[in-house]
Amino acid sequence: MASDLSDLYQEILLEHNRRPRNFRTLDNPTHQADGFNPLCGDQISLQLKVGDAKVHDVGFQGHGCAISRASASLLTQAVKGATSDEAMAMFDEFHKMLTEPDAELDIDLLGDLEMLAGVIAYPTRIKCAILAWHTLKAAMDGENVATTE
Amino acid sequence: MTTAINTPGVPGRDGSSQAHGLDVVDPHRIRQDFPILHQEVNGKPLVYLDNAATTQKPRAVIDAISNYYLHNNANVHRGVHTLSQRATDDYEAGREALRRFINAPDANEVIYVRGTTEGLNLVASSYGRKYFKAGDEVIITGMEHHSNIVPWQILGKEIGIRLRVVPFNDDGELLMDEYEAMLNDRTRMVSVVHQSNALGTVNPIPEMVELAHARGVPVMVDAAQSVPHMPVDVQALGADFLTFSGHKMYGPTGIGALWGRAELLDDMPPYQSGGEMIRSVTFEETIYNTLPHKFEAGTPDIAGAIGLGAAVEYLESIGMERIAAYEQALLRYGTEKLGDIEGVRLIGTAEEKGGVLSFYMEAAHPHDIGTILDSEGIAVRTGHHCAQPVMARYGIPATVRASLAFYNTTDDIDALVKAIDRVIEVFG
Repeated sequence: MASDLSDLYQEILLEHNRRPRNFRTLDNPTHQADGFNPLCGDQISLQLKVGDAKVHDVGFQGHGCAISRASASLLTQAVKGATSDEAMAMFDEFHKMLTEPDAELDIDLLGDLEMLAGVIAYPTRIKCAILAWHTLKAAMDGENVATTE
Repeated sequence: MTTAINTPGVPGRDGSSQAHGLDVVDPHRIRQDFPILHQEVNGKPLVYLDNAATTQKPRAVIDAISNYYLHNNANVHRGVHTLSQRATDDYEAGREALRRFINAPDANEVIYVRGTTEGLNLVASSYGRKYFKAGDEVIITGMEHHSNIVPWQILGKEIGIRLRVVPFNDDGELLMDEYEAMLNDRTRMVSVVHQSNALGTVNPIPEMVELAHARGVPVMVDAAQSVPHMPVDVQALGADFLTFSGHKMYGPTGIGALWGRAELLDDMPPYQSGGEMIRSVTFEETIYNTLPHKFEAGTPDIAGAIGLGAAVEYLESIGMERIAAYEQALLRYGTEKLGDIEGVRLIGTAEEKGGVLSFYMEAAHPHDIGTILDSEGIAVRTGHHCAQPVMARYGIPATVRASLAFYNTTDDIDALVKAIDRVIEVFG
């Protein structure tokens, strides 16, 4: 590991942790799921409004570490306004970024999500970053619960 | 056993300068016995403060295990050949060492198990299934490890027993009045943790036993966190069952012990069945072996038992009184230092407690703290410590837990404090 701590806890990530975006519940969501990380007790609830294969609105609630919270916040920014296919493509790219060290990444697709790239150097924290995305996938797939285990 | 003078890590006994207890043991000499401590982690000297999860192993334990495999490996209690005899002698010597260590009346009352979890499951399963009926009650406390909750819950679903839970105050001390009020004609067992892994609280076992025995209720003690850190005498405690893990007392993983009163164990059915635990088998009938073998089905963890015996001898060479006094002094030092940091809230402030510094910070989640401490070479546990009801009691998801051993020093505490300053730097 021995990666520089500041690669992990970038100021912008800490800012998302302090003031997460779209940290709210939606009225009449079309999709929702709860995500759990049984290892550490992190928990998030994600709600979506999807219509015509497009994510119109998204909100999340829950508690967890800075990584999981900032990741959820960044997720909501990334998928809001995206098509369902784009959102799933982001899931795949994000997953690749955190699990395949030398993978070629679609930087344009990732956008701000790239600020979590440093997590790959901290294997024990990858689940924290990926929890929100598994929850998104579960919600889109019509399942109500996601877990990192 | 040799006297304490000239034993490793123990300074001379002039007794004059021991006011603070930190000079009862010389941790720098002790540290020479633990090879793993001499390394760097993430470019910093390792500061190992996760002893409540598992302790490091002294050379004596590592050598005993390696010696067994190098020279004496054979199955126990069956071969007539020399190696089998040696293995059996060493395996049983480990049992005798454990008997001596907890002052049990008889080595046959000491059963090797995989660890505390198995000890608790053995009693719940064997004793519980034989004696409990629907409507019966088992008393535990609000600060139990999951392993002293779930086995009783499973029995509860199966048989219909009710679990009663003794609450505790904000300091982490049991409400003894509530405990006393819970004991009634339906109570069949009290199963209680000696020292809480999440809070460090040391519970008043003799008092709890006295109240339970007055009603004819047996008491089971989860001693996983106490046996490694203080003198534990099963006869002084008065308990009926007591269980602990080898790996938390500087021995190997996968081995531990359950002690129980012979008259109770004798009447309990086997927990698992197979080899070793039988006297004779036909297809119609099996006659079980006597204690302790009745509860030791299958080829046991022979190397583990031998390693655990070596751990006991190592601890005896220093002395549990000394270890307890030193760790108490270190705990006082750590409590003061952590208490001085603004934004750090200690969870578990009981009058009687062991070397556990569990804390919470509003500014940062325990897992983020854990990552930052790790980057400074400091190993702590973060999470709910398999005691989710304890976290719920304090309304927090998790804590950071620094837990002490006698090889820790005030320098380790100082490093922890400095790293917490770094957390505050990052998270503001």
